[in-house]
Amino acid sequence: MNTTWLAILGTAAGCYGLKLLGLSVPTGLLDRPVVRRFAALAPVALLAALTALQTFGQGTHGLVLDARAAGLAAAGVAVWRRAPFLVVIVVAVAVTALVRAVG
Amino acid sequence: MRRMTALSDPPAPSTVPPAAPAPATGARPDRAVIRDSLGVGVAVGVSGIAFGVAGTTAHLTVWQTCALSLLVFTGASQFALIGALAAGAAPLAAVVGALFLGVRNAFYGLRLAERLELPRWVRPVAAQTVIDETAAVALVQPDRRSTRLGFFVTGASLYLIWNATTLAGALGADALGDPSRYGLDVAGPAVFLALLAPRLREGGAERATALLGAVLALAAVPLVPAGVPVLIALAAVPVVLLLGSRRNRAGATARKTVGTAAGTTADPQRNLPKEDGR
Repeated sequence: MNTTWLAILGTAAGCYGLKLLGLSVPTGLLDRPVVRRFAALAPVALLAALTALQTFGQGTHGLVLDARAAGLAAAGVAVWRRAPFLVVIVVAVAVTALVRAVG
Repeated sequence: MRRMTALSDPPAPSTVPPAAPAPATGARPDRAVIRDSLGVGVAVGVSGIAFGVAGTTAHLTVWQTCALSLLVFTGASQFALIGALAAGAAPLAAVVGALFLGVRNAFYGLRLAERLELPRWVRPVAAQTVIDETAAVALVQPDRRSTRLGFFVTGASLYLIWNATTLAGALGADALGDPSRYGLDVAGPAVFLALLAPRLREGGAERATALLGAVLALAAVPLVPAGVPVLIALAAVPVVLLLGSRRNRAGATARKTVGTAAGTTADPQRNLPKEDGR
């Protein structure tokens, strides 16, 4: 079994455990204001980081400005105009492909 | 019409169509609940196609991509894992990043447990569908019967459609050859941006966290192994919370605290006031 499968199964087990944990534990245990505030903001930090890393990341330690940035900028406009989810992705993909074809 | 999904966020209460006038008992007709649930299940479910494409782009096999949708079944964590693996992250770092994104489901579970009152033997099965969308639909229902119906219909329809479209996307992208030629490598970050956007509209704490998180992650790229920068971004959270609480203590007259702005979306309870208005 290769490491990709291990990562998949580890994520599956962990994510399932988190879901079941919420359904099973007494309410008071996790439901504290500090924990909750952290849980509310953590996905924001992670999503922003993931967006930036996958737009500008190149290889393991490189950063680069390429066609992906143009695609993401277009997606940003679509998001700002409150376009539906799939439209945002299609716009990003189309603009990236276009810039690559031209450049 | 649901927009800007909710793979990571519960939809604003207004996106769930308003109930028909409720009878005096406060019960909702089953048909209305089923209609709302299927609307969410279908609209969000078809986004699985983006995940299928992203899986192939990240050089996963069709089986691996489908296994993620079947077993992990929480969109943001799935995208985070394959993105980190594609960037060459150590598997452990990739898994930890994905799990942090899955923590909010535990909080949905807490709220849902109170409302669903499920028998003990049902919980292990129901747990797999404790996600943004089911929480968003179920928690705005007025009584236990409609809460359960909304939870199970949303969960079942979303699970079926999300997995079917994942397979379709993975097979389709596989047939195309080099996905980056078609710009498909940008699907991942576009998904994250779309998931992030509704949170940025919530308040200053969210925007500060996002900005600081992105800057920290990019600054860390040359310095640490792949997969670790995204975890370093988490440091933005305590920084923003500390600065926010200090500012609150300083300005006692401030109308809106960062604390309240922060405690929103991962907290499905904010959907609850809606039912009082029904």
